[in-house]
Amino acid sequence: MRYIPLTTDDREAMLSAIGAASVEELFSVIPKEIRFGGKFNIPSAMAEQQVLRFAKEVAGSNFPASSAPSFLGAGAYKHFVPSAVDQIAGRSEFLTSYTPYQPEISQGTLQAIYEYQTHVCNLLGMEVANASMYDGASALAEAVLMACRISGKHEVVVSNLVNPRWRRVVATYAANLGDAIVETSDHKAGKIDAKSLAEKISPNTAAVVVQSPNFFGNVEDLSAIGDLCREKGVLFITATAEALSLGLLRPPGDFGADIAVGEGQSLGLGLSFGGPYLGLFATREKYLRQAPGRICGKTADKEGKRGFVLTMSTREQHIRREKATSNICSNQALCALKTSIYLTLTGKRGFAEIAKNNFYASAALKDKISSCGNGVRKTFDLPFFNEFLVDIPTSAEVLNKRLAEKGVVGGYDVSRDYPDMKNKILLAATELTTMNDVDMLMETLADGK
Amino acid sequence: MENKNAFNEPLIFERSKRGRIGVDVPRTTFEQKELGAHFDKAVLRGDLAGFAEVSEPEAVRHFTRLSQWNFGVDSHFYPLGSCTMKYNPKVNEVVAALEGFAGLHPLQDESHVQGALRVIYELEKYLCEIVGMDCASLQPAAGAQGEHSGLMLIHSHLKNRGNARKKVILPDSSHGTNPASAALCEYTPAPLNSGPDGLIDCGALEELMDEDTAALMITNPNTLGLFEKNIKRICDIVHNKGGLVYADGANLNAILGKTRFGDMGVDVCHMNLHKTFSTPHGGGGPGSGPVLAKGFLNPYLPGPRVKLSNGRYSVERENEKSVGMMNAFFGNFGVYLRAYAYVLSVGAEGFGDISDAAVLNANYILAKLKKHYHVPYDTTCMHECVISDKLQKDAHVSTLDIAKSLIDRGFHPPTIYFPLIVKGAMMIEPTESETVETLDLFISAMIEIAELAKTDPQSLQNAPVRAKLMRLDETAAARSPNLRHKP
Amino acid sequence: MECPDGLYYTKDHEWGMEENGILVIGVTDYAQGELGDVVFVELPEEGTIIKAGEPFGVVESVKSVSDLYSPVSGEVIEINHDLESEPETVNSSPYDRGWMIKVAMSKESELENLLSPEQYVDFIKTL
Repeated sequence: MRYIPLTTDDREAMLSAIGAASVEELFSVIPKEIRFGGKFNIPSAMAEQQVLRFAKEVAGSNFPASSAPSFLGAGAYKHFVPSAVDQIAGRSEFLTSYTPYQPEISQGTLQAIYEYQTHVCNLLGMEVANASMYDGASALAEAVLMACRISGKHEVVVSNLVNPRWRRVVATYAANLGDAIVETSDHKAGKIDAKSLAEKISPNTAAVVVQSPNFFGNVEDLSAIGDLCREKGVLFITATAEALSLGLLRPPGDFGADIAVGEGQSLGLGLSFGGPYLGLFATREKYLRQAPGRICGKTADKEGKRGFVLTMSTREQHIRREKATSNICSNQALCALKTSIYLTLTGKRGFAEIAKNNFYASAALKDKISSCGNGVRKTFDLPFFNEFLVDIPTSAEVLNKRLAEKGVVGGYDVSRDYPDMKNKILLAATELTTMNDVDMLMETLADGK
Repeated sequence: MENKNAFNEPLIFERSKRGRIGVDVPRTTFEQKELGAHFDKAVLRGDLAGFAEVSEPEAVRHFTRLSQWNFGVDSHFYPLGSCTMKYNPKVNEVVAALEGFAGLHPLQDESHVQGALRVIYELEKYLCEIVGMDCASLQPAAGAQGEHSGLMLIHSHLKNRGNARKKVILPDSSHGTNPASAALCEYTPAPLNSGPDGLIDCGALEELMDEDTAALMITNPNTLGLFEKNIKRICDIVHNKGGLVYADGANLNAILGKTRFGDMGVDVCHMNLHKTFSTPHGGGGPGSGPVLAKGFLNPYLPGPRVKLSNGRYSVERENEKSVGMMNAFFGNFGVYLRAYAYVLSVGAEGFGDISDAAVLNANYILAKLKKHYHVPYDTTCMHECVISDKLQKDAHVSTLDIAKSLIDRGFHPPTIYFPLIVKGAMMIEPTESETVETLDLFISAMIEIAELAKTDPQSLQNAPVRAKLMRLDETAAARSPNLRHKP
Repeated sequence: MECPDGLYYTKDHEWGMEENGILVIGVTDYAQGELGDVVFVELPEEGTIIKAGEPFGVVESVKSVSDLYSPVSGEVIEINHDLESEPETVNSSPYDRGWMIKVAMSKESELENLLSPEQYVDFIKTL
């Protein structure tokens, strides 16, 4: 097998050095009763060309949104990934290295992490960021746990316009820790009502969690919510599912977020059927000791030369064990690198321009929707980024089927998560959306039925 | 080690210059509407403060230079114990990049993604087969999430029986993620001291195990690289008092094709695809930590479940007994796609060869280093061996010094100071990917270091001298954290 | 390795100095040596009531973390705020400027359970 270099001669010589008669002898410690003697019921070994042929067949049976007109968002977005991102991240020095435990020989990874942390702070407008979490949803869950730790309280108020899948993950993490989640009911209005949010805050509340732009794509009033949190003495946690929005909209740090999390998928990571994605996590310096995840810091070596090291490790599982701020060990380092590369390439001007192009595309779509008639109208009259909800005369399922027949990936059926919102569809447009895509969608919508 | 690049690479923010850009953003074909007409000016972002401005060639050069100051499996022997730094096959990368996989949106209609669902379904099956389990979820994004899920399965199962328990027994040799994951389920850790032979002491376990203990978390082989030969009895002790056994699959590479967790009596386990199944470590992730279990725990598995019926794959979002979701979608699909390609490449017959070579390589290193280093448990090891700095202590040469001295000789050091139960531990895991010539070079280096400990210890204490940097001041980094660049 | 007279010691490597019903507490020279460079000390708030044998704080070095156990019960009347900005004082002056908390003892008899300097020195020898 091409992955195993040992020859028969090698083995003989090694066994002789060890003083064992056979390799089997090295496994004699395994009791006979649990020794596996059979053959695995899995396919026989395939040579490389066979693996590739088979994989192409299986991949070929899929219809990827990346190569078709697509209006699907709802937590994962189709954006342009510059070629240099994968070319750089695919370098084996980055790809095949591990956690930089030995800083002297890992300055590449460590400097890249330090830059990434800086990018995340700039993006979210926050003071410190960690080296990544698994995805936006689990980053949010960790933020909730952290808020409860900091405040010593065990209840969190979450807007039900936070992505439903993210809320599910938060609930999963919170369930076993006795942390209660209190949800608001904002979906009918399309955005948070600050007054009813205020009513849900109790003396047991550790934090308030909001997403902006929210799941329906609408921009929340972070200024008002931030003020409310400060007034009530609760922590303000924000979630950003569409990171590209930060090229156009003021970041959560500007509104006093205490912990800001987000999903980095839009920033240089492809759709990849849901993963690996990237959990952005940032907070205030004063809460650093309670933060989860790896963190890289700047320092100097014995000769005074600048270098970078993993630091503040006493928060982490390998030292703090059961009292650690999180159990996270491996994170999403390579994805963080890709996002770093993306933000480096796009930079100050490019990132803002791409964000604007997202806006122009979705604004144009909105206009077409508004003038469509035929029972089609934009559900909420609210400012949005990239996505918005549309009332339609049939179900989203039916519409999506008709679009699929034309080779178009439709939008998201929100009734899957909000059962009282039938006959609506969540449509997303990005900088990759073309006039032709929009026309195809509008044709089908105008067709009626 | 070659000193490839004597120069330093500034931070990208330091390279930044106003007016540069690394992408050409096409002019929109849509109307350029007025932002202020759609958004309240108060929410519009002005200048993106602190963002870099560089051209594409600069960006590429910057990251390429950074990459040259890294050690990877592709360039160096990387015997990090417990991490299984085996070769990352390139065909896996090609498979993962196929647009039919990479371009899929996770919420697309089932009919668009049958191939992807097939990968999930089949990989779950293959992994179950390899460790003797009945059902699996690929959703957990890393080993730690796998452990967290596994403990939640146990918790839900016991709670459902009206028997929620409060404790989890953890051997003192366990990986830090074990107690940290237990804490996430509000389990109190009950530590179990290893016996004098480095294994779980059945007598001590019997005393500790009670009806308030939900589970025992074990690693087999354990973190000392030793096979827990009493595993059947261990499982019985736990089961007899109504508890379950969780196996941390980090060391699975040692027993592939030789024995299976399910046959040992284990109820639930996780695997690390970025260890045993060759997916690249990426500088610290992404990994993947599937959780696998015996049939009775099936209803509790996290994440969306893929079903097959009449040749068609479908996604069952979650049943009500499920412990929930560990992350937003299917987990790290791109990672387990690579593992899928690996399983197909190795095939039914090939897994036994992997453990053969991994265990042979580790024992070879142990046999050769025995005369020069203290071996806390002098017995046949599995895929990794543990030695310590005890014999070098008198010369004031520590495990840290030995590790840094290996760097100067072109090797990534082994795992150091873990497991905690061996003072000054060095955990060496060569994996099956290495030639005996590489092992011999490593062994020579270690022997040379042991000799220098006697004749010139200071040279070791100064190491590394041939890397990009010398020893870094980690104390200053922790006392006054500087975690980001400020303009 | 220093082990000054006139102080009480514990098996958790803390020392106590009695002053009119108040016990000044810190960690021993042995402890700071084992810990390595101290980077952070987490102390309770003034006014906290603590119990003998229970953890009252945490001392962190780069690579390790240790709980601080109280030798006596009582109220924390003062903590050493200098350690916030200069945690390294625990290393350089563990018995003097590196003191951690002052406790107004509620049960002075608990002092009888503590070790004398000689007993502590003997104890360290067994480690």
